Amino acid sequence: MFSDLDPVFLARVQFAFTVAYHITFPAFTIGLASWLAVVEWRWLKTGNPLYEQIYRMWVKIFAVTFGMGVVSGVVLSYQFGTNWSVFADKVGNVLGPLLGYEVLTAFFLEASFLGIMLFGWNRVSRKMHFAATVIVAAGTLISAFWILSANSWMHTPAGFREGVDGLLYPTDWIQVIFNPSFPYRLVHMVTAAYLTTAFVVGGIGGYYLWRGLYVKHARIMLGMAMIMAIFVAPLQLLFGDLHGLNTLKHQPAKVAAMEGLWETEKGAGLRLFAWPDQIEERNHFEITIPKLSSLILTHDLDGEVKGLKSWARIDRPPVWVVFWAFRLMVGLGMLMIATGLMALVLHFKKQLFTTRWFHLWCVAMTPAGFVAVVSGWFVTEVGRQPFIVFNVLRTSDTISPVAAGPIAISLAAFVVTYGLVFTAGAYYILKLIGKGPETTEEDTYGSHGVKQPPLVTDLAAGRGGNDV
Amino acid sequence: MFSFESFLDLPLVWYSLIGTAIFLYILLDGFDLGVGILFPFAPSDPCRDRMMNSIAPFWDGNETWLVLGGGGLFAAFPLAYAILMPAFYIPIILMLLGLIFRGVAFEFRFKATGKSRRIWDYSFHFGSLMATFMQGMVLGTFVNGIAVDGRNFGGGAFDWLNAFSAMTGVALVTGYALLGATWTIMKTEGDTQAWARKCASYVLIYVALFMGLVSLTMPLMNSDIKELWFSLPNFYFLQPMPILSVVFFVMLWRDLRTEREYRPFFLTLGIFLMNYIGIGISTWPWLVPFKLTLWDVAAAPESQSLLLLGTVFLLPCILAYTGYCFWVFRGKASHEHDPAY
Ligand code: HDD
Ligand code: HEM
Ligand code: HEM
Repeated sequence: MFSDLDPVFLARVQFAFTVAYHITFPAFTIGLASWLAVVEWRWLKTGNPLYEQIYRMWVKIFAVTFGMGVVSGVVLSYQFGTNWSVFADKVGNVLGPLLGYEVLTAFFLEASFLGIMLFGWNRVSRKMHFAATVIVAAGTLISAFWILSANSWMHTPAGFREGVDGLLYPTDWIQVIFNPSFPYRLVHMVTAAYLTTAFVVGGIGGYYLWRGLYVKHARIMLGMAMIMAIFVAPLQLLFGDLHGLNTLKHQPAKVAAMEGLWETEKGAGLRLFAWPDQIEERNHFEITIPKLSSLILTHDLDGEVKGLKSWARIDRPPVWVVFWAFRLMVGLGMLMIATGLMALVLHFKKQLFTTRWFHLWCVAMTPAGFVAVVSGWFVTEVGRQPFIVFNVLRTSDTISPVAAGPIAISLAAFVVTYGLVFTAGAYYILKLIGKGPETTEEDTYGSHGVKQPPLVTDLAAGRGGNDV
Repeated sequence: MFSFESFLDLPLVWYSLIGTAIFLYILLDGFDLGVGILFPFAPSDPCRDRMMNSIAPFWDGNETWLVLGGGGLFAAFPLAYAILMPAFYIPIILMLLGLIFRGVAFEFRFKATGKSRRIWDYSFHFGSLMATFMQGMVLGTFVNGIAVDGRNFGGGAFDWLNAFSAMTGVALVTGYALLGATWTIMKTEGDTQAWARKCASYVLIYVALFMGLVSLTMPLMNSDIKELWFSLPNFYFLQPMPILSVVFFVMLWRDLRTEREYRPFFLTLGIFLMNYIGIGISTWPWLVPFKLTLWDVAAAPESQSLLLLGTVFLLPCILAYTGYCFWVFRGKASHEHDPAY
C-alpha cells in the first residue's frame, strides 16, 4: 500500500512536523520563564499585589505550555534514532555529548524545579520560590544553548575529522561547540523567544484593555511587552542581518535561495516578491529593488552575489520554501518593529493605554512570534538541504532502515495526537485568559487544585465518610 | 583532546551509568505510570485527585531519566542507539504517544471542569497503560535478541511482536501497578490508602506469577542464558538473587496486612532491583543482544570522556536537588480540589 511512497520524504515530513510543533512551545516558554522571573522579582521588591496576580495567572499558562513542550521534546530525542539511525551512528561521537549535556545541565534542572514553581507555594519560602522560578528560566536558556550548538554544528560543522570507517570523530571540542554559526543562531533564537513572549503578553494585555477588563493588570502587561518591542525588535533586525552575513560566508547556496537569485550577479537586486521555479531555474514574475541585495550582503552597490546556478542541481536547496519562509519571517519582524514605533509614539502622546485600535492591533499580532520562529527554522533547515550535515553528509544517506509503511502510519498518528493535544491546550489557555488575573484567595496560587498542600491532611477524620 | 581511555574502561563505566539511569527511570516513572494504571479503579474522584496530586510535582523530573537513558545511549553507544531504535520503531512511537497522553493529562485535568475531566482521567490511564506495555515489549524483544545487518538493524518492522514480548509487556504492567499501589500507600491515607493496600495484595499475586513465568521461559528459549544460570559454580553465586526476591515477596505480602506505610514501597523497589540485575546478568555483555557487545558499540573514547567529565559533577548535583524536591513534597498528598480553579 505504501510501496510507492519514499521513506526519506516521509521521514523528513515527520521530523519537520514534530520539531516544528515542538519549537512553538520553547519559543514561548523560554521567554515566559524569564518574564515570570522578572514579574516575581518586581513583586518581592515592591510588594505590589498586581504583580502577584499577574504571576498567578501566567504561571498557569506557563504550566500548560511547558507540559506540551516536554512531551513533544521527549519524542524528538528518540526520533534521531527511529528516523535517522545512520545519522545517529555517524555523528554520534560528535553530537552525542552535546545532547547528553543538555539533559544533564538543563532538563533535570527545569523539570525538578518546575514542581516547586507550580506546587511549592505553601511549602517553601517566597525567596526559595523565586529562586525556583529563576532556576527554571536559566534551565530553558541552558537548554537552548546546547541544542542550538548541536544544530549549528550541522550547518557549519567544525572541529572533526572523517574516519576511515566513514564515522565522524571530534578533534577539538571548543570548535565543535562554538562552531561558526552558533553565536549568531543562539542570539537570534533567544531574542526570537523573547519577542514571541512579548507579543503574546502584549496581545492579551491589549485584549483586556480593549474590552475594558482588568485594566490595571493589562497596563502592566502591555507596557512591559511594548518595552521589549521597542528595544528588542530592532535589535533582532541587526542580529538577523549579521546571521545572514555569516550564512553567506558558510552556506552561500542557502542565501541564494533566500534571495531567489539564479544567476551570479554584480549589483544584484533585492527580489521583494517572486515565484521561484526549481525546474526551469528561474523566477516567474518578480518585483526587484535594484542593487539592494548586493548592498545588504556585500556592503557594496556592485558587489558580486552568487546565484543558484553556481551549484549542481542536486546540491541546491528547495528554493520556493526558503524564499517565502524568509519573507514571512522578515515581514513579521518589520511589523514588530512598526508596533514598537507605534507604541513609542503613543507613549509620548500619553495615549498608549487609551488608543483602542492599537489594542486591537496588538491582539492581531499575538501569533506573530510563533509564525516568525517556525518560518525562520524552515529557512535555516530547508536551506541546508540536501545535506543533513552541511557538505559532509547527505540527508538521503542517513535514514533508518525502516519501511515507508510504519513511517507513514506513525506520521498520521502524530498528526492526529498533536492536533488533539494542541486543540485541548489552546482551549484551556483561552479559558485561563478568559478568567483573568483577579483570582480569589481560596483559589490558591499555583496549587493545582490542592488548597493548602499540608504535610498531613486529616482526610479520614474530616470528610472521609463522603468519599466512597 | 583529552581521554580517560588509558586508565578507565570507559565503555564499562558508561554501561553502568546508563544502566543506573534506566533503572532510576523504571523506579521513578514506574510509580507514576503505576498510579496511572490503577487510576480508574480508585473508589472515588477525591481518591483520584489525591493520587494525581501525589505525583504531579514529580512526573516531569521522573520522565527526564528516560530522556537521559535515550540521550545517554546516543552519546555513549551511538551504534547501539542506531540499531535498537529502528528495531523498536513501532513500540517506541506507541510508547511516546502514550507518554504524551499521560503527560498532558496532569495539566489538563486540573483545568477541566465537569464531565470533561473524565476525558483526561482516561487519557491518563490509557496513556500510562500503553507506555508501560510498550516498554515491557521492548524489554522482551531486547532479551530475545536483535537481527543485525552490518551497522544497521536487519530485521522486519514487526520483529518485536510475539508471545514472549506480549508476556513481558503484561508483566511490566503488573510490576508498575505494584509500584504505583505501594507508592499510594505511602503518600495517602484513609480510604485511598486502604484501597491501595487491597490493590497491592491482588497485584502482588500477578507479579509473582509473571516473574516466575518470565524467569522460566528465558532460560528455556536461550541456551546461553540457561548455561549461565544453571551451570556450576554460577548457580551458587547467583542464588542470592532469587532467594532475596522470594524474601522480599514474603515480607511484602505480610506488610500489606499490617499498618506499615513505607516499607512496602521499598520492598517493591527491592524486587525490581533483583529482577533488573537478573536481566543484566542474562544479557551481559551484549548491548545489541546477541550480536554486539558494549565494547563493539561504544562511542569514540574522546566523546565518552568529555561527557564523563561533566557527569561526575552533574549527576551528584542532580541527585541532590531531586532529593530536595522529594523532600519539599514529603508527607501525605491532600485530596481537596477547588472547583473554582
Ligand atoms: C531554542 C530552544 C530549543 C530547541 C531548538 C529545541 N528545544 Fe527541546 N526544549 C526546549 C528548548 C528547545 C526547552 C525550552 O528547554 C523545553 C521546552 C519546554 C520544556 O519543557 O523545555 C524543551 C523540552 C525538550 C525535552 C523535554 C525535556 C524534559 O523532559 O524536561 C526534550 C527531550 C527536548 N526538548 C529535546 C529536543 C530535541 C531533540 C530538539 C531538536 C531536534 C529540541 N528539543 C529543540
Ligand atoms: C526547533 C526548531 C527546528 C525546526 C522548526 C526545524 C525544522 C526542520 C525542518 C522543516 C526540517 C526538514 C527539512 C527538509 O527535510 O526539507 C528539519 C530537518 C532536520 N532537523 Fe531541524 N528544525 C529545528 C531544530 C533542529 C535542531 C535543534 C536539530 C538538531 C540538533 C535539528 C535536526 C534536524 C534533523 C536531524 C533533520 C532531519 C534531516 C533533514 O531533513 O535535514 N533540527 N528540521
Ligand atoms: C527582522 C529581520 C530579520 C532578519 C533579517 C532575519 C534573518 C534571518 C536569517 C538570515 C536566518 C537564517 C539563518 C541561517 O542561515 O541558518 C534566520 C533564521 C531564523 N529567524 Fe530570523 N530574521 C529576522 C527576524 C526574525 C524574527 C522577528 C524572528 C522571530 C520572532 C526570527 C526567528 C528566526 C528563527 C527562529 C530562525 C532559525 C534559527 C536560526 O537559524 O537562527 N527572525 N533569520
